Amino acid sequence: MARLIRTEKEVEGRYTEQWVVVEEDPLAHWPAGPREVVGRPAARVDGPQRARGEARYTADVVLPGMLHAAVLRSPHARARVRRLDLAPVLAARGVRAAIGPGDADVLAEEAGYEGAPVAAVAADTHAQARAALALAEVEWDVLEPLLDPDEAVAKGQLLDEPGRYERGDVERGLAEADVVVEAEYRTSTVLHNALETHQAVCAWEGDELTVYISTQWIWGVRRDIAERLRLPPDNVRVVCEFMGGGFGAKGDPGDHTYLAAKLARRTGRPVRCALTRREENLATGNRNSTIQRLRAGARADGTLTALEGEFVMAVGWDGFVSSTAGPMKMLYACENVRTTELGAKLNTGPNDAFRAPGFVEGTFGLECLLDELAAKLELDPLELRRRNGADADPVDGRPYSAKNLAECYRRAEAHWARREEVRARSEGRWRRGVGLASQIWYGGGGPPSYAWVRVGSDGSATVVTAMQDIGTGTRTAMAQIAAEELGLPLERVTVALGDSARGPYAAISAGSSTTPSMGPAVRAAAADAARQILEIAAQRFQLEERVLSLRDGRIVSADGGSWALEEVTGLLGDGQILATGSRGPNPTGMRVLTFGVQVAEVAVDVETGEIRVERIAAIHDVGRVVNPLGASSQVEGGIIQGIGHTLSEQRLLDPESGRALTVTLDAYKLPTIADVPEIATELLDIPDEHLTSLGSKGLGEPPIIPTAAAIANAIRDATGADVRTLPITREEMLRALREARERAYAL
Amino acid sequence: MPDLSVNGARHQFDGPALKTLAETLRDDLGLTGTKIACGEGHCGACTVLLDGAPALSCITLVHAVGNREVTTIEGLRDHPLVEAFVRADALQCGFCTPGQIVSASALVAETPEPARDEIRHAMAGNLCRCGTYPKIEEAISAWRG
Repeated sequence: MARLIRTEKEVEGRYTEQWVVVEEDPLAHWPAGPREVVGRPAARVDGPQRARGEARYTADVVLPGMLHAAVLRSPHARARVRRLDLAPVLAARGVRAAIGPGDADVLAEEAGYEGAPVAAVAADTHAQARAALALAEVEWDVLEPLLDPDEAVAKGQLLDEPGRYERGDVERGLAEADVVVEAEYRTSTVLHNALETHQAVCAWEGDELTVYISTQWIWGVRRDIAERLRLPPDNVRVVCEFMGGGFGAKGDPGDHTYLAAKLARRTGRPVRCALTRREENLATGNRNSTIQRLRAGARADGTLTALEGEFVMAVGWDGFVSSTAGPMKMLYACENVRTTELGAKLNTGPNDAFRAPGFVEGTFGLECLLDELAAKLELDPLELRRRNGADADPVDGRPYSAKNLAECYRRAEAHWARREEVRARSEGRWRRGVGLASQIWYGGGGPPSYAWVRVGSDGSATVVTAMQDIGTGTRTAMAQIAAEELGLPLERVTVALGDSARGPYAAISAGSSTTPSMGPAVRAAAADAARQILEIAAQRFQLEERVLSLRDGRIVSADGGSWALEEVTGLLGDGQILATGSRGPNPTGMRVLTFGVQVAEVAVDVETGEIRVERIAAIHDVGRVVNPLGASSQVEGGIIQGIGHTLSEQRLLDPESGRALTVTLDAYKLPTIADVPEIATELLDIPDEHLTSLGSKGLGEPPIIPTAAAIANAIRDATGADVRTLPITREEMLRALREARERAYAL
Repeated sequence: MPDLSVNGARHQFDGPALKTLAETLRDDLGLTGTKIACGEGHCGACTVLLDGAPALSCITLVHAVGNREVTTIEGLRDHPLVEAFVRADALQCGFCTPGQIVSASALVAETPEPARDEIRHAMAGNLCRCGTYPKIEEAISAWRG
């Protein structure tokens, strides 16, 4: 019988309660360590399609009669349309439709940020659409933009109520401290820049809408569009078979999809709306900049007595206030903590989730502060962190479903021990040093999620679920899980995903949740199929079901009998074995979190301020690892994005007009292959015994979280300079060096 | 009508004078393996070979190609680099991957055993936002299997 229970679900640190139907017999965990397929390195099952240029991304979708849209966007950070005439646009060559404010609710006369959509056009070619837009007659009333987050806070221009948190008594904690450190940290606005820009193709057939979209959440897009266009959800089909990167910014349909749907409705033809790189960097989200005013107190033995922080986030015109105070609240067992989170509403592009939103920024501040504290206490930074480890969630006292941070620290020792040797390699103006930082984040996933498994007479299996693989390798991980449960070699399992009309509901690919949300559903479906196969085999061979199992594509019995799987499935002819599985609840009353530590080695040229990251060791605890090869790629990718945020990436605004200066990839500095250090990855691979039948957590976000602080702490170790602003440009490095020199003279 | 030689086959094309090679390949010839990610020559996703030399097809006007032979990822599908990239997990979302492989093919044609710095120099113009670079370096180092 289906059992209905209430459970807690978390995405990106936001918790909701929901009902979930649980299956009767949860599966026993697999033993820890590599299995036949799970836990062993696997090349991506869709690697050849992607590498050969055969994979069809949204960017490659062409439909008969398809038109191309272009969007007129505000060139001003704050302005109001005084007059807009689209008649010349409509008269232009190739134009089939043009819409403005009033025609679609994502178009508005009021522009709160540069890039806000005002009008849109559909034409036979993209070039015609863009050329036509240039003919729009538009007059603006340009208004003074609000750009400074502190000013917004002073004026009460906030996106949300201030987020206030307090435990214990911070004043008492500071009074009890032998040492107090206080510092202001800043992080800059960074841009996602997935290589496939935001885009969608919309096509109507009667009242049914098909949406091809580059998305992180097929079912979220389906739900949002159905609600907004007042369509029955089954009238909306969402397709995303291959996806060119998201990093958090592709969780909802986005303005472009609604514009494509509207223009397709109006013209009766399919419409593609694909953003240019410049539009992408204005209007599709960002990791907001922060100002963090932090204070920490500790006793001489390193015990933290107080942590205090005010976090100002430059959220933008819209978006969400991410939990930048999260690490300060959650990472250490400090009794007295007080945080305030202020989300400034500004005339800049709305933020969006970006790979561990809030925690990347908050960890930079907190973990740099901890090292400044360690320096004052003359304590080893690793030892300081160990002394303040939490045995239960410091916020609500809940036990962890699993926590192996101490083991991460133990494994970090070998890398940490290199610092004498690294420092000794300093030479002339090149100073070398080592730094570390801890990581805490969510990543447990949750219900609901479903999968089907179909086994044909040839003894091969297909996993069917309408999830998406945004480039993280989930297609491969799901195939591995099904292969493991079915005792099949990996090449006999295919995964059909990416189409809401072709599979059951699947979770969002965000919040490091795809594998922990989807993996258990796939395993349950495969187990259902395996059970059916063994039931049939037992009848066929007149054996008891309990003596049979599936291994290496064969049915084997305890007494030594062995039959190829096809000997049973082949009986079915065109018949199929159909199985279903669903994701169970998360453990009640427990915190499901991921942990880790990174150790960075840097070289700093103290004359020019040049910084080279030479090595990063990453040790993370994310439960069972399904595919060690894909996992190491994700760790490397997270660290490399982290290096970009730390050293080179920043969205620059003109301080007068508020217009972005870094919307192209020559101006916005992404890391290149030449910027990559040696990366040593170690994943603990200890299944979380309380979490689902899989014991796996997500890995997308953890590796980017501690990188900036580890690098900044290594820079302090190398030079004695406190770098407190990201990105650590040469100017910031030289400023910090100058400050350190002045401090030394003053002593 | 001018014609264009792509992956050993000749095609006639007739388009506006400002049409880029990338648009022609993708829109007119259906060769969508070549990706356009920035459209202004900054990221390398659109890299093709012109007479064996890497070129940015998104800022190359198709009329300027002349008699040069165009090689796209579709013409390199049997190149050992494809298998090397898959084996080394040198792709994540894969949107930059065709451009990476095209660039790498020019490198290994000239320098069959490239040193680390030679790989980094030759590949620095191909951006990968997923950060697959260590695996790309590995794939190119071991491209012959």
